[in-house]
Amino acid sequence: MTEGRLVGSYIVPVHPHTVLVPEQNEGWQRLRDAFDDAAQRIKDADADLLVIYSTTWPSIIGHQIQADPNPEWVMVDHDFHDLGSIPYSFNIDADFAEAWNAANEKRGLKSRTINYTGFPIDVGSVVALKLLNPDNAIPAVIVSSNVYANRAETTVLAKSCLDVIKATGRKAVAVTAMSLSNRMFTAPIEPKDDKIHSLKDDEWNRKILEFLGEGRLEDVGQLSRTIHKQIRVQKVVAFKPMWWLSGMNGNRNNLTGDVLAYEAIHGAGGAVVHLDPTPSGAGDKEYDEDDVEFFAGERNVLDAEDQMESEDSAPSPDEKTSSGPALWEPTTQKGSVNSEAAPKPVGMYPHARKVGDLLYLSGVGPRQPGTNAIPGGPIHDDAGNPLDYDIKAQTRAVIDNITRILEEAGGSIADVLDVTSFLVDMDRDFAGYNEVWADTLGKVGPTRTTLAIRALPTPIAVEMKVIARAPTTE
Amino acid sequence: MRNADADIALKRLGHIMTQGEIVAGCLAPHPPHLVYAENPPQNEPVAEGGWEQLRWGYERLRDSLKDVEYDAIVLLSPHWQTYVGTHFLGLPNFKSLSVDPVFPNLFRYHYDLNIDVDLTKRIHDKAAEAGLAVKMMENPDFRVDYGTITTGHMFNPSWDKPLVVISSNRSRDYYSVEVMQEMMIELGKVTREAIMESGKKVVVLASNSLSHRHFTTESAIPEDMSKEHITSHAMHLWDMRMIEYFKSGQAQRILNEMPEFTEQAIAESDGGGLSWLLSTLDTPTYPATLHGYGTIIGTGNAIVEWPERQHSGAVE
Ligand SMILES: [Fe+2]
Repeated sequence: MTEGRLVGSYIVPVHPHTVLVPEQNEGWQRLRDAFDDAAQRIKDADADLLVIYSTTWPSIIGHQIQADPNPEWVMVDHDFHDLGSIPYSFNIDADFAEAWNAANEKRGLKSRTINYTGFPIDVGSVVALKLLNPDNAIPAVIVSSNVYANRAETTVLAKSCLDVIKATGRKAVAVTAMSLSNRMFTAPIEPKDDKIHSLKDDEWNRKILEFLGEGRLEDVGQLSRTIHKQIRVQKVVAFKPMWWLSGMNGNRNNLTGDVLAYEAIHGAGGAVVHLDPTPSGAGDKEYDEDDVEFFAGERNVLDAEDQMESEDSAPSPDEKTSSGPALWEPTTQKGSVNSEAAPKPVGMYPHARKVGDLLYLSGVGPRQPGTNAIPGGPIHDDAGNPLDYDIKAQTRAVIDNITRILEEAGGSIADVLDVTSFLVDMDRDFAGYNEVWADTLGKVGPTRTTLAIRALPTPIAVEMKVIARAPTTE
Repeated sequence: MRNADADIALKRLGHIMTQGEIVAGCLAPHPPHLVYAENPPQNEPVAEGGWEQLRWGYERLRDSLKDVEYDAIVLLSPHWQTYVGTHFLGLPNFKSLSVDPVFPNLFRYHYDLNIDVDLTKRIHDKAAEAGLAVKMMENPDFRVDYGTITTGHMFNPSWDKPLVVISSNRSRDYYSVEVMQEMMIELGKVTREAIMESGKKVVVLASNSLSHRHFTTESAIPEDMSKEHITSHAMHLWDMRMIEYFKSGQAQRILNEMPEFTEQAIAESDGGGLSWLLSTLDTPTYPATLHGYGTIIGTGNAIVEWPERQHSGAVE
C-alpha cells in the first residue's frame, strides 16, 4: 500500500442558501456554481475520503468526530428555517473516525466519536457534504470545532488526522466549512439587497483571499488571531479553521491556490477556495509559531490577551485564581536571591539564599515565570487524569530556571556544585532526564543524587535542589 | 423615578381591564444532565442519578406552583441561537427527537409539545411594533433545542401546558452585553404587555445557568458526583452575589451589574434570558425564592422563583 496523502483542500461557506435558494441572488448562484466546480475537481482528483472541519459544530468536551455510518435526518437552519428543509443521508467512514480518535489520544488530545440516531449534523457540514459529494460516492468524516481549543490543540488535531490518512493509504480532501467575516445582517433582508456587512469586513476578506490565492495558507493560519479580532463575531475563543487546514497541509505557504468564488450570504463573507498541494514556488515560509507535535494541555492558557483579563475574575475583592497551589511572592531575608525571571514560589520561601561562599537554591521545577505554563506539558489535568508529557522539555526548563536564578545572583550555570534531582516516575523518565543532563549540567560536573518520589506540588515530573558556588561580587 | 403607588395603581388598572397575569417568573436552567439523571421514559440514555441538589430544587419549584392555575408557559432558551433577530416557534405542535449536539451521550429525548400560537403571535406582533427584528418559525421539520426541552421537562414533566418558545438573539456576540440587555429589556416589556392583554395566566421561564465555565473533560461516569464542583472560587463568588440579589429583591442591581457578571463569570446570561425575565416581571423589588443551587460540569445553576402572583397587586 502506498502512503496516504492529502490530494486537495477546500474552504466553503456554511449557510443553507447555496443548497436551497441559489437562484434568488446572483452571488449565491455563483457560490453554488463554485461548489459544483469543486465537486467535479474532487471527483477528478480521485479522492476516496472527505474530511470536514466544521465551525458550525461547536463542542465543549474535546473534539467530537461523527462515527454514525449513515446519519439521516432533515436539517432546518436555526435562522433561515423559512428557506426550507434539507433532508440528508450521508456516507460516513466510521472506521476512519475511530482511528482518528485513537490517533488523537496518542498525541495527548481528548476527543470522542459520536454515533447516535438523530444526532443533529450542523448546517456547515450538511451544506458541504450535500454539494461537494452530491451522490455520496466518497466516504466522509466530520469533526467538531471545540470552543475552547487553541492553536496547539487544533494543529495536533490535524496531525493525528494525517497520521491516519498516511497509515491507511487514503487520498483525502480536507474541507473547512466556515465563513470569512461572519457578521450577518441582524434583520431579514431581500435577497437582492445582500452584500458584505461592512467595507472593513470586505477588505479583510479580500486580503485573506489574496493570500489564499497565492497558496499562502500558513500565513493565513498565523493571522488567525488578528482575523478573529477584526472580522469575527466573538462566539468562540479563537478563529481556528485555518490552523487546522494549514496543519493538514504541513503548515506550508507554497500551495497552489484558486479562489473559485467570493460573495455575501446575508452579510457574511462566503468563499469557495481550492488549495492544491502542488508547490507553486510562491510564498516564502516564515515561521514564528511553534510546530506542535503533541498536545500538552494548552487549553487553560487562552492566548487571546483580551480574553485573559476578563477570564475568571471574581466580583470582589479582585482576586486571581489558577489551578494548582497558590503562588507566593518570594521571601527576602538577609542573603536572599530572587529573580523576576524565575517562576513564583508555591510557598513562603526565596528562590535562593547565600551563606558564606555557597548559594543554596530552593527546589526548582520547570514552570515558566509569568505564565506558569509547564514546557513539555503537565503530568495530569485539573481533574487528575494523567496526560502525556515530555520529560526532556521539562528537564531543560528546570535547568533554564536554575540558570536564571544563578544569573540573578551574578553567577552562571557553571557555578553548580551539587544537585539532588526528584523524579515522579523513575522508570518512564530517567533516560530522558539523563540525556538532557549529559548535554547540560553533566558538562559542568556537579555531584548528583536522583530520587524517585510520589508527587510534587504542581503537575510536574522533575524538580532539582541545587547548591552552587556563590559568585564573588562586592 | 416613578411613584410606587402610581405604579401599583397602573398595574391594578391593567389587571382589571385585561385580566392577564404573570403568576410567576423563574430562572430555570437547562443542563441536559438533569433530565438524564431523572431517567424519564422520553430520554434514551440511562443514569444512576446525580445532581440531586438541583433536581430537588426543581421539585420544590414544582411544589410551589402545584396549586396555582395558569394557561401557558413562556420560555426563552439560549440554545436556539438566532443571529437574525428574535424568533418564535409558530406551529401548534412539535414532535421529534432532540439530541444534544454537545452531550449526545446524555440527552436523546423524544418530545411532543404544544405551542400557544395565539399568545406567541401577540408577543411577536408587539415586538415587531416596538421595532425589534422578529420572525415566526413555521417550518414543521424544525427541531426544538435541548435547552427548551430540558427546562420544559424539569418545570412541567407532564407537558400539559402549551408553551411560547422564544429564541436567543445573539446580540451580545454582535455588539455587547449592554446592547443585548437593551433589546432584551424591550422584549420583556412587550412580552409583559402581550400577556396582560391576552387575558391569560402565564409562567415565564428564563432557561440559563449563572457562571458558565465548563470543565473540558467529562468523567467516565458523567453522574459521578465526587467529580462535581464549581470551576473556580471566582465563579462561586459571582454566583453567590447574584443569588444574594435574587433573595433580597434587587433586580435592578442585577441588571446594572449584568455586563460585569456576564463577562467575568462567562455567564449564560449572555443569551439574554435573565435580562428578559426581569424586564417581563417589571424589575421586581420583592424577594425571590431560591429553590436550589448546584453545579453541572463546573457551571453554576440556580433555580429561582419570583412569586409574582403574590405581588402583582391583583384585585381578587
Ligand atoms: Fe446551556
